[in-house]
Amino acid sequence: MAKKLAEHTPGRKIFSSKIAATVVWVITIIWTVPTLGLLVTSFKSEEKILNEAWWTTLLNPNFTLANYKGVFFGDETQSLSTGVLPYFINSIVITLPATIFPIVIATMAAYALAWIRFRGSNFLFFSIFALQIVPLQMSLVPLLLLFTGGAHIGSVQIFPALGIAGDFAGIWLPHTMFALPLAIYLLHNFIAGLPRDLMEAAYVDGANHFTVFRRIVLPLAIPGIASIAIFQFLWVWNDLLVALTFASGTEEVAPINSKLASLVGQYGSGYTQLSAGAFITIAIPLIVFFSLQRYFVRGLLAGSVK
Amino acid sequence: MSEFLSANIPKFTSVLSVIAAFFIVLGLIFVIAGRVNGKKARPIALIVLLGPALVLLLAGLVIPGVRTILFSFMNPDSNSFIGLDNYRWMLEDPNIKVIMINTILWILVVPIFTAALGLLLAVMLDRIKHESIPKSLLFMPMAISFVGASIIFKFVYEYNEPGEVQIGLLSSIVQFFGMTPSDWMLSKPLNTFLLMIIYVWTQMGFGMVILSAAIKGVPADIVEASALDGAHGWRLFRNITFPMVKGTFIVVLATGVVGALKVFDIVRTMTGGNFSTNVLANEMYSQTFVQFDQGKGSALAVVLFLLVTPILIYNIQSLRKERAH
Repeated sequence: MAKKLAEHTPGRKIFSSKIAATVVWVITIIWTVPTLGLLVTSFKSEEKILNEAWWTTLLNPNFTLANYKGVFFGDETQSLSTGVLPYFINSIVITLPATIFPIVIATMAAYALAWIRFRGSNFLFFSIFALQIVPLQMSLVPLLLLFTGGAHIGSVQIFPALGIAGDFAGIWLPHTMFALPLAIYLLHNFIAGLPRDLMEAAYVDGANHFTVFRRIVLPLAIPGIASIAIFQFLWVWNDLLVALTFASGTEEVAPINSKLASLVGQYGSGYTQLSAGAFITIAIPLIVFFSLQRYFVRGLLAGSVK
Repeated sequence: MSEFLSANIPKFTSVLSVIAAFFIVLGLIFVIAGRVNGKKARPIALIVLLGPALVLLLAGLVIPGVRTILFSFMNPDSNSFIGLDNYRWMLEDPNIKVIMINTILWILVVPIFTAALGLLLAVMLDRIKHESIPKSLLFMPMAISFVGASIIFKFVYEYNEPGEVQIGLLSSIVQFFGMTPSDWMLSKPLNTFLLMIIYVWTQMGFGMVILSAAIKGVPADIVEASALDGAHGWRLFRNITFPMVKGTFIVVLATGVVGALKVFDIVRTMTGGNFSTNVLANEMYSQTFVQFDQGKGSALAVVLFLLVTPILIYNIQSLRKERAH
């Protein structure tokens, strides 16, 4: 049955398979060449980067690991004398909590919206859904002011300055806030679809909401949680706007992505560090992508906005 | 090295202890709140489970959103109201005119290319053997950040003076065809389109994967029946396949419009918004954090918000429809 279905999907009748295969592979090669170019460039000496095209180098190979050594451990002669390693570590330190916190909080909220009956629950769900498309540009300035100066009504301080601007907490918190609408919406779809009988049997047995959440909902929702977590991980790792706004550009807190963005403007001498640094930065998402592609695609199909 | 370790090991220990503390506190609250019985059990469960999300959403999105709208009617330091001046500035400033034209170009060009190319590939992938390999490779840029993609294309768009070896792919191809390459990032209006290519390169896989799933969901018997009626090629696509995946195609288009409106990283990294490539989201950032004019920055954010709103309403409506079924 499955085979029959596959043979008769519409694409099979629209193009001949030879034309289709040719077009697909030509586009695939075009799509892959730029990344290949960066990879090859990152293994070339500075002189070769500037004076020889990377495809020429491929034909008479002459590669070096010096760029990676320089970019990891620093090189006094380069624009980035400390190397990217501190920033790479910052990226990990930012990404882990900024993935875990929103996913946990969103799962709790999604369960409450799906399985605890209360007045206004539908309205609340739609409001949260609607918040999804509020661009995060709308939040940046007031949130930064909240972190640095607290909240006032007139001249009365109603909320103290959090003092977390430029600190890791000052990056985790915005990421957590901005991730919630989409995560709650997607997890709600997932958790609302769990079998009603199972939940009701547990309530009848006297289990409270917290027990049901931990013992039934969490284990069953793991596949959904995993795909959303992968998305959030990549989103935070790849983010530039939140990092630029809430992390100062320093070695103490700035993630590698924003550091690289600032290196791009520097011409010529930065190329060895730029190519190797860029490849290190995109290596993590690529590893996540290729090893967890199934979850990634599932997450993508579940919610197509953000 | 030891200096490096002493600076960075505390980062790891503190991040791990923060995560551990988060789970311990949560566990304790669950245990204590779980003890409550009777009438109060449900409200307590609601507060504990839903409360944190609501507080964060209020503090992080709702209240800041309202404040940004207020700021857009205020002066650069947000301490006195100046009426509609910031919006008037937007209508009168020649730079903003360029920015608006560029933003409109992004909205028009990028979603159509992303969705159309995605659809073409989805249809063709359905037709070939071993589709998973090209699919993975075409989809891969989705995982790369806009900054990473920009650096990749910085090397593609690299330009050297005539007489020197061209190390950029684009310049070499142009030279191969006997034309003279130019400094691409300075060439108006071509540079804006070159920036769009970076966006399409990263996001096309999204449309392709979603449309590919939709095409596989078209029932076999419908295709069978129309094939028996003699529908092939373009007619089959136009009459059967496309109508069946139209909803998905519009979702891909709408996502493309939102993405194109918010594009920031690529422009910031490649040109910094110079050479007539500036767009709304980048100008919002520049006004706020480079010019330190919170009023103008907020007004730009509000315009961005207003432009995305129709799509928001469309999405909510289609979700409502889905729920009604």
